[in-house]
Amino acid sequence: MLGSLALLLIFQLVGEVTAKALALPIPGPVLGMLLLFIVLIVRGHLSDDLKNTAQILLSNLSLFFVPAGVGVILHISLLQNEWLSLSLTLIFSTLITMLITAVVMNFFLKHFKTKKTL
Amino acid sequence: MNSFSDIWVYLSQTPLLWLTLTVSVFYVAQTIYTYFNNNPLLNPVLISIFILVPMLSLTNTPYNTYFTGAQFVHFLLGTATVGLAIPLYLYYDKLKQLWLPLLLTLLIGSATGILSAIIIGKLLGVSQITLLSLMPKSITTPIAMGISEKIGGLPSLTAILVILTGMIGAIFAPFLFKLIKIKDHSIQGVAMGISAHGLGTAKAFQMSQETGAFSGLAMGLNGAMTALLIPLFLYL
Repeated sequence: MLGSLALLLIFQLVGEVTAKALALPIPGPVLGMLLLFIVLIVRGHLSDDLKNTAQILLSNLSLFFVPAGVGVILHISLLQNEWLSLSLTLIFSTLITMLITAVVMNFFLKHFKTKKTL
Repeated sequence: MNSFSDIWVYLSQTPLLWLTLTVSVFYVAQTIYTYFNNNPLLNPVLISIFILVPMLSLTNTPYNTYFTGAQFVHFLLGTATVGLAIPLYLYYDKLKQLWLPLLLTLLIGSATGILSAIIIGKLLGVSQITLLSLMPKSITTPIAMGISEKIGGLPSLTAILVILTGMIGAIFAPFLFKLIKIKDHSIQGVAMGISAHGLGTAKAFQMSQETGAFSGLAMGLNGAMTALLIPLFLYL
């Protein structure tokens, strides 16, 4: 557990430092994720310990969004003025994005599958 | 009474109080959520915000004070993001087969997320600064805040819009997939990751490991894609 947590933190650190040093538009943790992913592929092996530690963190992923979410308190007056247009925008935009993504990927998967079988 | 205010003064200066409350309130919210068979409308993040915000208002606690305690929870968002590499690796074989359709989907999905927000927002009369803060709404909080700052939006407002987007995605995803009859876990995952980032991914992991893995991947890639597309769209 501790070793795996250290490993995750090391990759987070490396990702953060690399993203800052090279002024990349990608956030450090996402870069850290990609680096760890590459390392795992190269090593071709994943320890149960790392798997379990990641599992614990990921099963509580929603919790980690609460502090930023409470930040809504900073914009209450703005949100009061625009709440209706803003909620409609968020709901429609999110649903359209999810719908189009699912339909497009479904189409591509079928398209590539039929191509392969031909 | 005096001793109570002494204790309050002491507590309000340490991170302990708001850290404890953040974790405890979320625990209660999650218990409610599971008790009602994971009813999507009882999203635990949403409930937690609805409990914590009035607590801050009633005690006149500034957000910065709250955050000195809650930052420890906030920090783990980064570590958990790194941890997404693990489910990704577990589905590496499937990923290898799907990389081309995945990349094409990513491009279209990412553009849809940005453009639909601007177009609908403009039609409904959302103000300019809110529109700018809205553009990166579909991607994970830290990168969305960074982009918002760069293009002249309000990063803290973006954080809220990102979280609202994630909650909307997590709430509606099961209904939407049922409606359009999409059962493939990889498609569900990618659609949730692209439209609703980490909160979509959290929900996706509840649906299945595979859905979660693909959602995590799509979320990460969409962060990068959106960061590239937004400057492009603004330039045009």
